[in-house]
Amino acid sequence: MAVLTIRDALNEALREEILRDENVFVMGEEVAEYDGAYKVTRGLWKEFGDKRVVDTPITELGFAAVGVGAAMAGLRPVIEFMTWNFSILASDQIINHAAKMLYMSGGQFKVPIVFRGPNGSAFQVSSQHSQALEAFYANFPGLKVVMPSTAADAKGLLKSSIRDDNPVIFLEQERMYGLKGEVPEGDDFIIPLGLADIKREGTDCTIVARSMTVPLALQAAEKIQAEFDVSVEVVDPRTIKPLDIDTIVGSVQKTNRLVIAEESHEFASVGAEITYQVMDRAFDHLDAPIKRVSTAETPMPYAKNLEAAALPSVEKIIAAVKDVCYL
Amino acid sequence: MAEKFLMPKLSPTMEEGQISRWVINEGDDFSAGDTLAEVDTDKATMEMTALTGGTLLKVIKPAGSTAALGETIAITGKKGEDITALLAEASSNGSEKKAPAEPKEPAPVAAAAVASTAEVSAPVATSTSKAGNGRVIVSPIAARMAADNGVDLRAVIGSGPNGRIIKRDIEAALAGGGSSGSGRVAFTPSTVVGASAYNDEPTSQMRRVIASRLAESIGPVPTFYLTTEIEMDNALDLRRAINASVPDEQKISVNDIIVKVAALSLVKHPYVNASYQGDKIRFYEQPDIGIAVAIDEGLITPVVRGANLKGFVEIGAEIRDLAAKARSKKLLPEEYTGATFSISNLGMFGIKEFTAIINPPEAGILAVGNAVPTAVVREGAVVVRNIMNVTMSCDHRVIDGATGAKFLQTFKQMLEQPAMMLV
Amino acid sequence: MPKTATSTKKVSAKAGLNGSAAKTTQSVKANGSSADDGSYFDLELAKAEYAARRDSQLRSIKTIDKKLLREMLYQMVLGRRFEEKCAEVYRMGKIGGFCHLYIGQEAIAIGSMMALEPSDMVITAYRDHVQAMVKGLSPESVLAELYGKEGGCVKGKGGSMHMFSQEHQFYGGHGIVGGQIGVGTGLGYAAKYKATGQVVLCFFGEAAVNQGIFHESLNMAQLWKLPVIYICENNHYGMGTSQERAMSIRNIAKKAESYGMANEFVDGMDVMAVREATLRAIDRARNESMPTLLEVRAYRYMGHSMSDPGNYRTRDEIARYQERDPILLFKDTLKAAKVLSDKEFDKIEQEAAAAVERAVEFAENSPYPSESELLTDVLV
Repeated sequence: MAVLTIRDALNEALREEILRDENVFVMGEEVAEYDGAYKVTRGLWKEFGDKRVVDTPITELGFAAVGVGAAMAGLRPVIEFMTWNFSILASDQIINHAAKMLYMSGGQFKVPIVFRGPNGSAFQVSSQHSQALEAFYANFPGLKVVMPSTAADAKGLLKSSIRDDNPVIFLEQERMYGLKGEVPEGDDFIIPLGLADIKREGTDCTIVARSMTVPLALQAAEKIQAEFDVSVEVVDPRTIKPLDIDTIVGSVQKTNRLVIAEESHEFASVGAEITYQVMDRAFDHLDAPIKRVSTAETPMPYAKNLEAAALPSVEKIIAAVKDVCYL
Repeated sequence: MAEKFLMPKLSPTMEEGQISRWVINEGDDFSAGDTLAEVDTDKATMEMTALTGGTLLKVIKPAGSTAALGETIAITGKKGEDITALLAEASSNGSEKKAPAEPKEPAPVAAAAVASTAEVSAPVATSTSKAGNGRVIVSPIAARMAADNGVDLRAVIGSGPNGRIIKRDIEAALAGGGSSGSGRVAFTPSTVVGASAYNDEPTSQMRRVIASRLAESIGPVPTFYLTTEIEMDNALDLRRAINASVPDEQKISVNDIIVKVAALSLVKHPYVNASYQGDKIRFYEQPDIGIAVAIDEGLITPVVRGANLKGFVEIGAEIRDLAAKARSKKLLPEEYTGATFSISNLGMFGIKEFTAIINPPEAGILAVGNAVPTAVVREGAVVVRNIMNVTMSCDHRVIDGATGAKFLQTFKQMLEQPAMMLV
Repeated sequence: MPKTATSTKKVSAKAGLNGSAAKTTQSVKANGSSADDGSYFDLELAKAEYAARRDSQLRSIKTIDKKLLREMLYQMVLGRRFEEKCAEVYRMGKIGGFCHLYIGQEAIAIGSMMALEPSDMVITAYRDHVQAMVKGLSPESVLAELYGKEGGCVKGKGGSMHMFSQEHQFYGGHGIVGGQIGVGTGLGYAAKYKATGQVVLCFFGEAAVNQGIFHESLNMAQLWKLPVIYICENNHYGMGTSQERAMSIRNIAKKAESYGMANEFVDGMDVMAVREATLRAIDRARNESMPTLLEVRAYRYMGHSMSDPGNYRTRDEIARYQERDPILLFKDTLKAAKVLSDKEFDKIEQEAAAAVERAVEFAENSPYPSESELLTDVLV
């Protein structure tokens, strides 16, 4: 197995899928000549040229729409948002058009498109560049929502997303592009959408984490193990929609305690949804109220200490685990 | 198989009951339907009957002791069965009630493994697992484990926040055969207040309910009082005339007349035969009059229903029957609940005039004094008449001054001119 | 180099409705009374232009297959009668939701779409019943959709605003003003990417021109040389707000100049003028892979939707437009060119009426969709 950064794993996935299927093309701001604002598309334009790797004007609504139309007519666009914050400009096309086309055409027009880019906070980029939008997009039927947390997941899930016949919201994390991990080699490595992954096995408490909070949860688990001899299981749903609730419920049935760590704001978050579903499916297995660690209900501040205070952290996750374990 | 016999719910408002006596003794056999004990609830003494047959193996709650709904009061089963385990549960159950929390800090539990039963011993808990309303607080998994393993949650002290019983408490209970009771000392408060000694007697169920009902009344119910004098001579003549014509056991009292007159008046004044219920006013179609009956431990108000349609003799017989039941505490719940108006008559105690406290959700109560021969002026001459004072307490949320006054006017008119009852 | 309409050469520069489109932007007068201000007062100019091109039109029409001309008139009459029936059954409560009728605008759909190849793509906004039928969807499947029945073209899941047909390359009726301009641009992107030779007709109303997506789309289409024909159906009112009250520069065709895009102004009451302008745009799209913006001025007789009280315009205004009713004008032309007779017209009316009746019968008898359809087609 090769050891790759998440950035390079995504790049490999794009390259392999462009080679595999002539209908796949990558479109977005700075994806071609500039090699990608975060270098995820590095080298692709030089290798494949203007047809397959397309720089756009700064016109998010416009190029999202071009992607939707192209997908309706049989192509498989991968639309990069420089960050998901800018997707809000394009959300009319994503929500009103991509998500609904199959349904309102009575099943006639599928929209096999991937919207991807970095989601959530970065490094002190403040209010308009730090939003985690998974709950927003997951609320709309007709979209799949994917959030990888490792290099292998990034590659395997992006390849699956490109091959999927539905619109897929693929949410990366800028802070994580440089994280390295082992990635299975070969063009055939894919990870099916809708499957959670148990990132660490444990018996006493479950943490459901995604994207940036997965490494935080793993660190928290190690510390709790060392300090309290409490064994924490970390479940990464990887796909937010469709959600692999069975794996989460299975874990909670084993541990009887659940902490959800997430980067989005607390109110009406994906964590709130998981909380409901676990309550619905595993109420009789809970030994404590479910706890969430989410981002504070505030636009993201700039100052380093305030930003840290707003975001989930290892310490906050440990505190929540102690709470549900009555420690 | 031996089973715990639990305190049943015997009245609509009952939360706990006092065993007034065991009808059968330990070791006695019983069949389904047999009365095992009499239980003093908040309103009456009820017979507690067996649903299946068996033998009374052990009495846990002897006569005079109190048990909450669902608490074990006895163990039943077949003769010779081993009931040690059930007894252990039941005894911890008892000691839990008697022993208040120990006022010391909890032992540190930080080092205890969550799933380890060995280190998490139950007595570290400082709080009982019951919320203020008596509800057991328990996590879902703990509740399920308790149910699966036959652990009585009342016997478990919760170590979670607010005394929540959590998984490890059940694990401890299962491992250690009970998580409470051992080594706990009953708390004896200092009772010296000044020089005087006193005796504490447990508050009876009935006294507790009276206290809470009356406090509830004087608190939220804005009450005002209307008093009127009624010349009772004609009503007394009526009573004499009737009693002269009926056998002894059918003789009627002044009170029987008052009840009927009140019922007739209520029908004419719907705002008095009503109840304020927050978002609505409930008007009753039938006057159901609660008659306050003094008994040794307090009072109870059996209900005479639809007295407007009943004759005096019938009303008199009914009241006698209800009062007798009340004094022997055999009233059924449906015989003492659901009145729409009440009458309290203290005339027989020589009380001339008093005010009574409304029994919510009723809107009024009539306090009736005794009829006293009084010198009054009639047509310019001083004559003697039997004057009775009545005071009505009115819930101002339903009854306004004039409404109440008109009701009393009708009531007075009918008593002074009994022929008006026929109008 | 963008072209402007050739037909304008035959009228004087002053009277030319699109004359200023060929000039520079400075020619727009601020007071809004100029010939190119898009207001209802250019009716007289439209008449003058029409009169000026009539002779050549009568000559050229004789070179066109009579069957096609008859079919064009039939589709216009069918569209009219169909929409009238919609209004009737809507008032009977047979149709729910919104219902936007096309009456008065038939020349645009028929003139442009009947110049297409069947494989070409069409996408439009929510006033889509007639476009759907011209593209090949049966009146039965369109009316059943309006009824919310299983036999509807999208199984009762879309309703009035969302007619679709993959078979007929009809990419839908869309309900968000302007949204389909971007999607249509993407259709053109795919056609070019796959080199299929298809062109895209992308319809929208004049009010959509004020949306950002219009400008974003025209920019990309010209930048990337996409075979898309943008047809702005200018019926003068964005819902109840007149163009004058909503648009700073009312010459819509001219807005294409900002992106260097070919554009034409077209008389939307004259089906042959629409056809000719579209043919020029199709040629540009198919052979040069270049987009065009057509501003087609028509008039919507009915309200914006069935729930429109219409108090923003007068009966007189509507009546003056109805003098130039597209069906009347086309019949007049066909008769003058001796292509079709009154007898033929009557036959066409009967055929259209019969088709509408068949549609009603089908829609009435089609069952409601099974409740099991609720959760299908959410994801593939």
